Amino acid sequence: MNRIHQLYAWLMLLPALVMLFAFTHAPTLSTVWHSLLSPARGGRPQTFAGLSNYRMMLEDDVFWQTLTNNLWYAAGTVPSSIVLAVAMALWVNSGMAGRTLLRLAYFTPTMLPMIAVANIWLFFYTPEVGLFNKLLTLAGQEGINWLGDPKWALRSLMLMTVWKEAGFFMIFYLAALQSLNREMYQAAELEGASCWRIFRRITLPLLMPTTLFVLVNAVLNAFKLVDHLFILTKGGPNNASNLLLYYIYENAFSFFNSTYAATLTVVLLSILILLALVLFGLIERRVHYR
Amino acid sequence: MLRIGKRLLLVALALLAFGTAAQAKTELTMYYPVAVGGPLTSVVDGMIQDFERNNPDVKVNAIYAGNYNDARVKALAALKGGQPAQLSVLFSIDVHELMELDAIMPFDDVVETDDERQWLQSFYPALMENGIVNGKVYGIPFQRSTIVMYYNKDAFREAGLNPEQPPKNWDEMAQMGQKLTKKDASGRVERWGVMIPSTGYPYWMFGALAKQNGEVLMNGAGNEVYFNKPGVVEALTYWRDLSAKHGIMPQGAIDWGTLRQNFMEQKTAIMWHSTGNLTAVKESATFDFGVAFLPAHKNYGSPTGGGNFYIFKQSTPEERKAAIRLVRHMTNPEQAALWSIATGYMGVSPASYETQALKTYVADFPAAAVARDQLQYATAELSTHQSGRVRKLLDDAIQSVLNGEKQPQEALDAAQKQAERILSGY
Repeated sequence: MNRIHQLYAWLMLLPALVMLFAFTHAPTLSTVWHSLLSPARGGRPQTFAGLSNYRMMLEDDVFWQTLTNNLWYAAGTVPSSIVLAVAMALWVNSGMAGRTLLRLAYFTPTMLPMIAVANIWLFFYTPEVGLFNKLLTLAGQEGINWLGDPKWALRSLMLMTVWKEAGFFMIFYLAALQSLNREMYQAAELEGASCWRIFRRITLPLLMPTTLFVLVNAVLNAFKLVDHLFILTKGGPNNASNLLLYYIYENAFSFFNSTYAATLTVVLLSILILLALVLFGLIERRVHYR
Repeated sequence: MLRIGKRLLLVALALLAFGTAAQAKTELTMYYPVAVGGPLTSVVDGMIQDFERNNPDVKVNAIYAGNYNDARVKALAALKGGQPAQLSVLFSIDVHELMELDAIMPFDDVVETDDERQWLQSFYPALMENGIVNGKVYGIPFQRSTIVMYYNKDAFREAGLNPEQPPKNWDEMAQMGQKLTKKDASGRVERWGVMIPSTGYPYWMFGALAKQNGEVLMNGAGNEVYFNKPGVVEALTYWRDLSAKHGIMPQGAIDWGTLRQNFMEQKTAIMWHSTGNLTAVKESATFDFGVAFLPAHKNYGSPTGGGNFYIFKQSTPEERKAAIRLVRHMTNPEQAALWSIATGYMGVSPASYETQALKTYVADFPAAAVARDQLQYATAELSTHQSGRVRKLLDDAIQSVLNGEKQPQEALDAAQKQAERILSGY
């Protein structure tokens, strides 16, 4: 009887397992295999090349630059978008007038197609005719070549990402805030705790499960960014804003070097797995689930 | 009763089968890119409809696929995904890569009649340079361009310059640029003298500067590049000096996509851009503008640019025949003239400039002939084996110099060395 139950369970799981294997595990394995081949060129088929792609990667300056850029990018966007999201959520959770409109406004970046948005931001950033420099000029400042100056290109990308991500994460925080237990706040008020103290000792700890979820998403997103780059900088100038996934795309489809692209993908995948493990391992212990 | 019904049904089915057989259409799928401004997809759709009207046995799915990179990616992905396109308009300089991927076939292998062979000879030779490999025609010119100099005549007048005398050489451009650069009371630049785009296709603009200095960037076989020859280094030095020394061009990268907007809002007096933008500029300019040859140093010069028709190997003989008919339609003198008027891309054959439509247009708007007249000084666009990677090396070198990160000699030496390593296998 138990056996039949088990069989039944496996049969029920089968469709999901097949999907998982076909669309997640099989491509992963084939990517690893491809990273060990040499590219097919001039009618020659792919041949086994061992670790030569990995050796090429270690000597590839652009790869190291994209990796460094990516780390800076994650460090710059993740904390700021989360802090902003919490602040916005607290604000639109208060009983102010017109908050529905405000919530909608914050959520807009998430609803709009990113390619279209990037096109608009491209014009915001344009030095001579763009919105940002017009504002700077009004304030009596020199304009900045936002996307054309290697000092600013990556930061400009970060700014747009924070704008986009904060609105999205706000939704999660807003949902979490609304499910918090009111009694605890009433008790704290009776005790005469200050706003800041209530926030630090009650709200923030209770939001930790959400923060973990948002943090993992934000970190993974930072390494998966590719769409803005197509429109805004194409990784330039001189790779100043090039990121790992865009470089993979370039290798696969601009340079037709799919095996090297597979090698870089293996690296990206390892980074993502590692980060997810670290985040869950380190933070989950501090998360308080009810 | 039942039997009669059955019979009727059979007859109806037979008729239906016959009907569909008589209408069996050859279906062609083609991808095409748009890299300049203006509503060009509707123009292409119109040309395709015209073709289908005259060729009822062929159905064409023309798919707009973004810029040149996107179009190539989509066409190749379709090939791999088992839903191949039979032909496509792709970057003219992708030819070596497409051959290496075994994706395309020469037009010579499809044409049969003398008439068709003659058609292969009917285009401007300069436009065929990127399309002919090992003596065979792989690419038929369609949306082809040279870089031209757009300039704001009103700004010239304001600066006390003759609006009919745009700069003819590098020195003149630097001098006039100084007069054209307008600053406000606090010293902020309100209008720049010149802008040369350095994102998107920097190697293309650089090909023009090199050619003006009497140099080309690569050999015809695409296995040698000449990035660090003295004349080439000098060309990059001049480009950098426009901002670093003369102060007439903004520092850092100038965006390909927004440059036209800069010109339209009179933020720059001169822009270098593809002639493919001409009609879009003409339609939205609120000021008097002119179009001229790029300035010379040792001589005039510009690379050709743009997209060619390719025929893919994964196709049946009928589809290839139909594809030839379509390409002939799209490039025949009348259509080429119409396309040129709608976009600013040049008429691809001398015959197109003999059509009444283009004759009238050029007489009324001489700027439309500048790109064609510049063809006699044109050279092929940078195209090598492993084109994408080699091109990126040069793009990065150019941008690093314009940013002030590296010196021209140093940057181009490095690019040359790496390109040689990549090309050593060919």
